[in-house]
Amino acid sequence: MTASSRRNGHFGGSGDDPWAVLRNATRARVALGRAGDGLPTARELEFRAAHAVARDAVHTALDAERVREALRAAGVGLDLLEVRSQAPDRATYLQRPDLGRRLADGTRLPGGEYDVALVLADGLSPRAVHEHAAGTVAAVLARLPGWSVAPIVLAHQARVALGDPVGQALGAGIVVVVVGERPGLSSADSLGLYLTHGPRPGRADSERNCISNVRPPHGLGYAQAADTLVALLQASRQLGASGVVLKDEGAALPPGAG
Amino acid sequence: MTIRRTTLGGHTHEFASLSDLLAKATPARSGDVLAGVAAESQAQRVAAQYALADVPLATFLDEQVVGYDEDDVTRLILDTHDPLAFAPVSSLTVGEFREWLLIRAAERDEPAISGLARGLTPEMVAAVSKLMRNADLVAVARRTRVVTGLRSTLGLPGRLASRLQPNHPTDDAVGVTASILDGLLHGCGDAVIGINPATDSPAQTVALLELVDAVISRYEIPTQSCVLAHVTTTLRALERGAPVDLVFQSVSGTEAGNRGFGVSLDLLAEARTAALELGRGTVGNNVTYFETGQGSALSADAHHGVDGRAVDQQTLECRAYGVARHFDPLLVNTVVGFIGPEYLYDGKQVVRAGLEDHFCGKLLGLPMGVDVCYTNHTDVDGDDTDTLTLLLGAAGCSFVIAVPGSDDVMLHYQSLSFQDVLTARSVLDLRPAPEFEAWLARMDLLDDAGRVRELAPDAPAVRALLAAALP
Repeated sequence: MTASSRRNGHFGGSGDDPWAVLRNATRARVALGRAGDGLPTARELEFRAAHAVARDAVHTALDAERVREALRAAGVGLDLLEVRSQAPDRATYLQRPDLGRRLADGTRLPGGEYDVALVLADGLSPRAVHEHAAGTVAAVLARLPGWSVAPIVLAHQARVALGDPVGQALGAGIVVVVVGERPGLSSADSLGLYLTHGPRPGRADSERNCISNVRPPHGLGYAQAADTLVALLQASRQLGASGVVLKDEGAALPPGAG
Repeated sequence: MTIRRTTLGGHTHEFASLSDLLAKATPARSGDVLAGVAAESQAQRVAAQYALADVPLATFLDEQVVGYDEDDVTRLILDTHDPLAFAPVSSLTVGEFREWLLIRAAERDEPAISGLARGLTPEMVAAVSKLMRNADLVAVARRTRVVTGLRSTLGLPGRLASRLQPNHPTDDAVGVTASILDGLLHGCGDAVIGINPATDSPAQTVALLELVDAVISRYEIPTQSCVLAHVTTTLRALERGAPVDLVFQSVSGTEAGNRGFGVSLDLLAEARTAALELGRGTVGNNVTYFETGQGSALSADAHHGVDGRAVDQQTLECRAYGVARHFDPLLVNTVVGFIGPEYLYDGKQVVRAGLEDHFCGKLLGLPMGVDVCYTNHTDVDGDDTDTLTLLLGAAGCSFVIAVPGSDDVMLHYQSLSFQDVLTARSVLDLRPAPEFEAWLARMDLLDDAGRVRELAPDAPAVRALLAAALP
């Protein structure tokens, strides 16, 4: 009998497993057992599977049609525009974050005057955008009556800071970048929301506010994330700024809003 | 500023400065491309290596990569340079120095190689590493001896220690304890039980220090603890009387980089003095622990040197070792695959960088370990980390880092597993630190051949260990 079969067999959930209390206190991969000095086959494959899902999430291509359909299904009526960064492909994108922050040459966006613009950026997990962007956007828009919202922009090979030139071109007072976060072994589909007041190229990260780990049902839900974001939007508009300043002023904000 | 030229295949390549030459001679990596300093062709890279091979080592004492007046790291390096230690190689060029090292390594002349440390500057060591292949880096590092100690002795021949890294996303006491016990049962933790705290606050740091100290005391484990908080946080913990074994800090190779980390040389000295005063060592008095990693200066926009020229990331990494060695560390490790694909793109680059960092750190006199690791957006997997780990074991690496099942559930990256440490020790006939090995034997965790037993989850030794740890 191997250690792993013992783990699954005799002690699975029984009160007899001295590891039960410890295992319940952490998601760390403790007490995996051994095969010689290595891992039992089942544990080795479990790990590879988690890594494979994370790797695939990074390298999935952003599917505009899929996002458009998901937005329609979620009842979002705004136009969807597409832009690209200066990173022509995934390999370049991963090695040149500077290119992912700049709009491709010749990009045209209709200028206007909006309170807020939403940019859906593939970031490091296009899969997160596929699965959670529409739900997040719908929840946010439902909480913004009276705000003028720019056409939604879908950005390929994009970093958070690509929202700066996009928001500026659209004429938005605030830009919110909804971006796929770097996949972890157990969280390949996590979205981050980055708010920047007065978007223009050159904004520092300290001028942004972030909500991380939007990923129902395991992470933050759409409604919860949207509540926090809208509270931040209102505070940012009132203050005329975002980032550290807003965090400092934001005693009334819900937890996780900083 | 000396312009250097090489003619290769009928084409003359010109290098505008010493930093340009060092950068162009560097084996390919994404971070140098990002910084705009990498060689533009393979031929240009080799041409630079030719030119670099002809540079006298003594040139690095006169011609700076980062200016003396502008940068306190440069001042530290040059002001503490030991001409006596430098004497055996002072007349050599970089190319001759490579051969000198390989000859001494083949002769197994550890004292000759190890005795150079204080006579070498980081730039000299970076330069010679750029002319070396992976096997050269392994061969010389294996014959470079750096031994340190606090409550365990690290760096002895035939040993491979490990940092047990029991991170938890909320610093939960039982969760952290679970990972510690799992590591101990796999013979890990002899270098340090070192936690990256989820929250960098004095109160949290004190709580974690007390937690690990209690485990170490209860089982009388000959090792040390560390909470890898910012050095200012650790100073606050020290003021509160916390059981601080090691002062930790990430350091960089430029003054601007260290400012980005919120530290100065004076602050590091102050913290070291405070930790020394506690006198918690039994076999030695090395009380500092530093982490570094290629790309950290670039990521902080602190990678510029003389005339504002960008410096390659590997040379800057070596300069970070110049900072670390000033504080007599117990442990130093590069976090080689953590920073991302924009600095080291794939397995080949990560393996190369890991071997460079280990070689350079050791040659400069550091107790060099490596966090053999990767993130999910880097093109690296377990096969690559196996390769690097076994090469590092062959190179006489002081310690590696291990987490349960390779999965750091707090920092969201993959490091080695406890099983990986067992495998490296077994394949290469390496053993844990001697004091820790004796403890494992006392705890009945070793078999007759000295290997860590595979114990059933309900084995009496396991039950006893676990029962005593639970709240």
